[in-house]
Amino acid sequence: MKIAFSNNTGDDTMRFVSLFLNNRLTVVPEILVKDGDVNPVPFSELSEIEPHPLNPSFHYDQNLQQILYGKMLLLDEIPSDLHIIQDHYENGYVRYNPGLLKKKYGWQCSRCQNEKEHLFASFSCFRCKSEKCVYCRNCIMMGRVSMCTPLLSWTGPEVRYRNKNEMAWRGELSAGQQVASDRFAQEIGNSGELLIWAVCGAGKTEVLFKGIEKALNMGLRICLATPRTDVVLELAPRLKKAFPKTLIASYYGGSDEKESPVQLVISTTHQLYRFKQAFNLLIVDEVDAFPYSYDKTLQQAVKNAVHSKHFLLYLSATPSGSMKKAAKKGQLPCVKIPKRFHGFPLPVPTFVWSGEWRKRLERGKLPSSFVKWLKSQATSGRRAMIFVPSVSIMEIVAKLIQKHVEVKVDFVHAEDPLRKEKVDSFRNGHISLLVTTTILERGVTVPNLDVAVFGADAAIFSESAFVQISGRAGRSKEDHNGQVLFFHYGKSLSMVRAVNHIKEMNKEAVR
Amino acid sequence: MSYCYYCHQAYSETWSWALFLGLANFPLLCQTCAGKLQLIKGDICRMCGRLFSLFPEQYRQGDFCNDCIRWEQDEEWKGILQQNRSLYVYNDFLKEVIAKLKYRGDAEVMKAFHSVARSSFKSIYKNAVLVPIPLSDERHYERGFNQAELLALGLGRPVELLLKRTVHEEKQSKKTRRERMERKGNPFEVMNPSNIVKENIVLIDDVYTTGSTLRSAAKVLLDTGAKTVSSLTLGR
Ligand SMILES: [Zn+2]
Ligand SMILES: [Zn+2]
Ligand SMILES: [Zn+2]
Ligand SMILES: [Zn+2]
Repeated sequence: MKIAFSNNTGDDTMRFVSLFLNNRLTVVPEILVKDGDVNPVPFSELSEIEPHPLNPSFHYDQNLQQILYGKMLLLDEIPSDLHIIQDHYENGYVRYNPGLLKKKYGWQCSRCQNEKEHLFASFSCFRCKSEKCVYCRNCIMMGRVSMCTPLLSWTGPEVRYRNKNEMAWRGELSAGQQVASDRFAQEIGNSGELLIWAVCGAGKTEVLFKGIEKALNMGLRICLATPRTDVVLELAPRLKKAFPKTLIASYYGGSDEKESPVQLVISTTHQLYRFKQAFNLLIVDEVDAFPYSYDKTLQQAVKNAVHSKHFLLYLSATPSGSMKKAAKKGQLPCVKIPKRFHGFPLPVPTFVWSGEWRKRLERGKLPSSFVKWLKSQATSGRRAMIFVPSVSIMEIVAKLIQKHVEVKVDFVHAEDPLRKEKVDSFRNGHISLLVTTTILERGVTVPNLDVAVFGADAAIFSESAFVQISGRAGRSKEDHNGQVLFFHYGKSLSMVRAVNHIKEMNKEAVR
Repeated sequence: MSYCYYCHQAYSETWSWALFLGLANFPLLCQTCAGKLQLIKGDICRMCGRLFSLFPEQYRQGDFCNDCIRWEQDEEWKGILQQNRSLYVYNDFLKEVIAKLKYRGDAEVMKAFHSVARSSFKSIYKNAVLVPIPLSDERHYERGFNQAELLALGLGRPVELLLKRTVHEEKQSKKTRRERMERKGNPFEVMNPSNIVKENIVLIDDVYTTGSTLRSAAKVLLDTGAKTVSSLTLGR
């Protein structure tokens, strides 16, 4: 929205008035009111006002429709002129929703559903002139939702997408992939849900293509949501290549995708907050992973983002206990792909005793069994990822490793500003040993790779984290036998469960 | 329970007790976040307050850094700013923090620094008038608040909004350093000149980068009768 600044008068505001227009109580932004005799207030202080009925003879702006359809956006996120927006509202095509709702026990954010008191704050607001303009800190990365900012939604006709979305992908599916792909495609157009339980390296992205193509050509709106930014970055170019004629956008924290009309969205689960009843098909990748399984408001966002008639597809290599149970009981339809794309079994982790590694680190030393492995690794010409329990351990371990080997060593963690560069230079072989925290465990594929976990007994490593970590190794056909080593000071339950899990999947694959 | 003002993580009791008792001079952040900040302490440029240990010896002459020597050799800018002091090194983490505050509009982040700024700077500004660097109306509307004002308000001294920015920020940041040093049109204006005669003024801003913003503001204040002008910022 553009606001024309009346040079240095200082009375540009974000306040609203309610007044009677053609016998209807109507919300009007203060700056559009010509009459000087009004009492403007922050949006949340207006009493609830009935939406205007749809005026079928109104010529609506298609551009605005495509930007706003299926979303909840702040005025600042909409490029249209405020007059145009207001016209659409008065004709029943756009709705102003309060950004924050006052509840009995405090505030609730209408975008992210946050209700936690410590995630609200207030400031003296230049826009609404309130001394205490309350705002939500939980979803601030998408722009501030505050007491004075309405969230806009589209209430006019739905967007129609074109139906020429031929898929350009011509690859072949494994037998396991084929079964899952057919099943998924069959469900397109229905309501319901399905779990695809695929081992790491099964090639689940290709499994989605046929179903996505069918959905696109039926004019459905699709979202692929994943908990991790890395995965968005990896998937976006692959999907764009597979569907060159389709309008595709990707959203992640820090992406500056312009609001545009797209049919296929690739998004981090956090960015789902933007959408409102938007998707007919929602694919939730790594459904077991933090933060989707963790954050209740995120599950709310998923619910919020889907159209009333929708299909939910879950993807996971390591479904949670409750999901597995639901699948077993037949409450949740499930297809398994127990075999990797290349047909070889998953590498089974080997446990290596490394003594009291914490004590040794304190003395500036690495466990001897670990050093022995490092030396042979460095001369093997292969790459290795070394997973560690925390960022501080990561820095110490990386420094100590450098004393023992000649090859290039580096480390990377979630908030590393050079993360992308480092992962790239590991991928293309400039870095041989990459020390990392658990955050890179998913979605990264590197050939000729071995994997080690340093301090595997640390509580932070869960069964599913271990399965994912192990799944990094042996992904290509030429190198299906990657090594997986867990260096530990006493086996943990998660370690044992992860090994059983992997063996179980391998057994199923032979059947 | 205390929550980190930056990442919302709840932080441990011992850490928050230390804060509560005033035993340590910490920002209100969890240990992980606080650990990524670097307090400016030790050998600094007497003029701009930057840490000498962060750059090579040849960029320094005695107690001053080369940038400050260049400012002080310039006839127009000589002696305009008495000194600047900053709390933290403007490293990647502080950049992220300030970006969240300014570009995402999370005003609350500034509260993390109020107590630490107060205790570190009290002796510097005890008899001075605090004046935050203003934003243009356009920028102020966009953001909803002025981060410099938020910092100033937490220092526990009267804050005077004496300055007005008449030129939009963007037009300034596109200029080269040379252009900025030679600038004729000052973007600032003093609103109540009578209020500042013979006063010692301390300007407040989020970061000191080139020093030209603070010097421009100092210049209009001195021209309208201020006695001295120095500055305090969060990052340097
Ligand atoms: Zn929110
Ligand atoms: Zn406000
Ligand atoms: Zn924190
Ligand atoms: Zn200096």
